[in-house]
Amino acid sequence: MTIAVERKEPPRVSGGEVENGHLEELRVDPIGLMRRVREECGDVGVFRLAGRDVVLATGADANEFFFRSPEEILDQAEAYPFMTPVFGEGVVFDASPERRREMLHNQALRDKFMRGHAATIATEVEQMVAGWDDEGEIDLLDWFAELTIYTSSACLVGKRFRAELDKRFAELYHDLEQGTDAIAYVDPYAPIESFRRRDAARVGLVELVQAIMERRAAEPPPADDDRDLLDVLMSISNEDGTPRFLADEVTGMFISMMFAGHHTTSGTAAWTLVELLRHPDEMAAVTTELGELYADGAEVSYQALRAMPRLEASIKEALRLHPPLILLLRVAKEDVECDGYLIREGQMVGASPAVSNRIPEDFPDPDDFVPERYLEPREEDRANPWTWIPFGAGRHRCVGATFAMMQLKAIFSVLMLDWEFELAQPADSYRNDHSKMVVQMQQPCRVRYRRKP
Amino acid sequence: MRIVVDLDLCQGHGVCESEAPGIFELGKGHTVTVLDPTPGDDRRAEVEAAVRFCPTAALQILEEE
Repeated sequence: MTIAVERKEPPRVSGGEVENGHLEELRVDPIGLMRRVREECGDVGVFRLAGRDVVLATGADANEFFFRSPEEILDQAEAYPFMTPVFGEGVVFDASPERRREMLHNQALRDKFMRGHAATIATEVEQMVAGWDDEGEIDLLDWFAELTIYTSSACLVGKRFRAELDKRFAELYHDLEQGTDAIAYVDPYAPIESFRRRDAARVGLVELVQAIMERRAAEPPPADDDRDLLDVLMSISNEDGTPRFLADEVTGMFISMMFAGHHTTSGTAAWTLVELLRHPDEMAAVTTELGELYADGAEVSYQALRAMPRLEASIKEALRLHPPLILLLRVAKEDVECDGYLIREGQMVGASPAVSNRIPEDFPDPDDFVPERYLEPREEDRANPWTWIPFGAGRHRCVGATFAMMQLKAIFSVLMLDWEFELAQPADSYRNDHSKMVVQMQQPCRVRYRRKP
Repeated sequence: MRIVVDLDLCQGHGVCESEAPGIFELGKGHTVTVLDPTPGDDRRAEVEAAVRFCPTAALQILEEE
């Protein structure tokens, strides 16, 4: 005999009748799976991930529940087991909301540092294009991934550290990002090639950082103005005089600091460029806007912090259509209700930017690239705070969102003032690779550049 | 007008403090304190800017009769 409960169990999506549930589908076509959950189940539905239920929330009400829930109810720390081997044991993937607020106030993301960061980013882009001929071809993934290694290391760790990096760091970092197969939900150390490469890449990064630390230890200390975060970490000792932070831990900290802003910014830059090249009218509007803003020779460090409505709208639309994170996860710490359904302690709970960002009731013509939707009077991002969620929402909203927009504006300011671009392959051949939890553009993804006359 | 803040959403970016100083202040706990929840209409433009540019949409203006 059972006792009737008031709250219903959420419906379950079709398929997944094998040992690891929908894991294989999640590895092959995650967006298709999550769309099917919404089609078959509505705003709240369940799929199976390696022995666990994932309650997927989509739509404004269920998303609001997801994003408002405090840490004690929906915990983020346990939800991403694939990140532990990337960062290393003891380095947390995400800080508590309180800690995030502190980070915002105390560290490099503070508003007062933004202008300096904009100048740093502009310099990094200029250095990368300095190696270009008058015309040529680049791979968007390789190029933007390398650029954003330099920008994020320079802004978050410091210019001195950045100056000691080269392409090797970017390549190893890429292997780390590729080591985020959802098989980690079964075993984060499963004997598969991408995990072997991930672990080798982490070892390689520690070696690079170790070499930098040894070099610095042998040199006279830098002037106070030149000290970066690595100098600060190296200056901290235990009570017995031994260094507090060894290369392994320092590397883990740097990897995790750079992680949130790396593949996300790199992918968004690539997609913004591809979408603008697919839509020449929008490209013309953005180019005109930039031309006017910089007509009087203004500095990028100044303009990148100011309004660029057309470019911002195109970036937002690239983010809506191609969100860098397609599935955000938490673990329920107690039984809770979501939209009339019961979520049980221990179940995972997910929200999907990829699905919610394309809900047709909130975003008419949801699959089309329509930057106008962000201009007055539509302003569909503001109108739909719980479904326009490329940066998440609420207390866990990306604390780097402002930095990211500034960075993208600075990158395109430099690129588009002096260069023209052209797709080097069929317009519909650019797509994301969803085989890993870290989404990146699928190669080949080439474009041609030409110096403006 | 009455200013309402949703502390579930506030991340302490401090944009409101810059837009409408004296009305909003970042407390020690790194979420906002509304120093004057019912400012006069002469501050309306600043308060509206604070609401509009809040990165987490944590602020609201309620109109009172």
